[in-house]
Amino acid sequence: MSADRRYPLLLAGLGLLAALLFLASLGIGQVWIDPMTLTAAFNDTDSAEALILAEIRLPRALLGAGIGAILGLSGAVLQGFLRNPLAEPGLLGISASASLGAVIAIYAGLTALHPYALPLCALAGALVAVTLVQMLVGRSGDILVIILAGVALSSLAGALTSLALNLSPSPFAALEIVFWMLGSLTDRSLVHVGLALPFIAVGGVMLALTGRALDALALGSDVARSLGVNLDRTRVLAVVGTAIGVGGATAVSGAIGFVGLIVPHLLRPLVGHRPSRLLPASALGGAAFLLAADIAVRVVMPERDLKLGVVTALLGAPFFLWLLISLRGRSA
Amino acid sequence: MIRLDCDSVTVRRGARETLRGISFSCDRPQLVGVIGPNGAGKSTLMRAMTGLQAHAGSIRWQGCELAAMPASERARLIGYMPQERTVHWPMECIEVVLLGRLPHRGGVGGASAEDLRQAREAMERMDVAGFARRPFDTLSGGEQARVLIARMLAQAPHACIADEPVNGLDPAHQIALMQVLADLVAEGRPVFVSLHDLTLASRWCDRLLLLDGGRLVADGTPGEVLDENRLAGVYGIRAEHIDIGGRPSVVPSHLIAREGPR
Repeated sequence: MSADRRYPLLLAGLGLLAALLFLASLGIGQVWIDPMTLTAAFNDTDSAEALILAEIRLPRALLGAGIGAILGLSGAVLQGFLRNPLAEPGLLGISASASLGAVIAIYAGLTALHPYALPLCALAGALVAVTLVQMLVGRSGDILVIILAGVALSSLAGALTSLALNLSPSPFAALEIVFWMLGSLTDRSLVHVGLALPFIAVGGVMLALTGRALDALALGSDVARSLGVNLDRTRVLAVVGTAIGVGGATAVSGAIGFVGLIVPHLLRPLVGHRPSRLLPASALGGAAFLLAADIAVRVVMPERDLKLGVVTALLGAPFFLWLLISLRGRSA
Repeated sequence: MIRLDCDSVTVRRGARETLRGISFSCDRPQLVGVIGPNGAGKSTLMRAMTGLQAHAGSIRWQGCELAAMPASERARLIGYMPQERTVHWPMECIEVVLLGRLPHRGGVGGASAEDLRQAREAMERMDVAGFARRPFDTLSGGEQARVLIARMLAQAPHACIADEPVNGLDPAHQIALMQVLADLVAEGRPVFVSLHDLTLASRWCDRLLLLDGGRLVADGTPGEVLDENRLAGVYGIRAEHIDIGGRPSVVPSHLIAREGPR
């Protein structure tokens, strides 16, 4: 079947998968809630199940879907924009800088003063990073400069994070920093959802607007420009959209790796390698992937607080290796 | 009728001037060959004429300054094909050709029936319709070049600019490609093509622009431009002059030993 006709089916399938995993995420945990009784549990607001759903499961499922979607979308946009299959949201130094902002909040004890302090500091970190990247890149818009600026920023943010760990006032603060950096959706409330989702939505819209330009960029930047594509606008949408969306996501979940790298890779052949088609597919696929990983966290080691970021990396890295080997086998 | 006026076009890269005061006009459909040794400024001139290269001086299409033209209008006017035949993702060839329709699409949505018709027509014209569903990276170099020209044709531009499109093609594909460019001219479009092959240039082009060191050193018919003195002075070669189908053509034959710096 051609990619044209397969595409709507693929989107429908991914959407269905994400929806089922969303329901499963509501049901699965230390207390099993039958998906068939979900509506009843929601309506009966006094029951323990309703409390669990509203306070624990729903925020977690919403964040899993939203954060997975923005990571997958941003990865697909950055790979298309930089024409580099190794690009991912972490490449621009945005995840690392958001982490640094959060670490500074924990280190300085701001988290005790206000519940929003940590996510807001993380967001500020992401926005500082994107401003620096834009300044470094300037009007040249050179792809190599963007990548190198991101690498330099990631290293700097990583070094400053290490410094904060190194100088951390107490072992508890150090442990809190390390645990936060591993990335997790545990113990997040609807407040976190309200904080992250607007940023994810705004960033997502900006990223989604790049589709056509990404298609044209497949032919190189000169041909894209000759076809009327405004590369400056595309760069701002891709980079700032990632900063706002992934910054907002990282602010509540910590850095979650590999989703933005693997999901676009996996889906690219299924959409006929066309960058614009990859965007919605990758967003749905990212949501499904992160929901599944967050369910795995609860099922595999229910008694321990296994971190989501650890699981995505554990699933992601070997999967990526397998993908590389199978790709090599096909081209040989 | 499409009109192009270049007036004292100068391009600086750092301290070096890669184009120095290029002036010419084209006011009728012609196959214009842009020739000159490596580094003469052919690609820079073609990028500038497409609106991709910042420059001093003035480039006007239809009397409108290119730099002030909206990108979408420019994209419907000029079709451009660079030297590199890169497609970064292994998309199907029909998808590659459909990219030429981007300047004609509305705000949202995918390819219309008209877009598909134009893309198919362009592919048939370039004899690549059979590759529509093949991934681009599975094609040979000659097939890829033809698909990319089909991409430019699908754009339905009023003028075409192709930078060394025959590079790496076998003789049959070179001739077929020059024939397509000549057909585009016959349909009323000016076509600018940079060439290294002086035989092809003299055989096919109505007019040649000879660049050397960023300057336009000759502008005229192949017979006028490719005389013995210029071939010796610019390329450092001697050539046999032959007649192909009633057109005086040159075949480079000997290297002239140069004495001292030029």
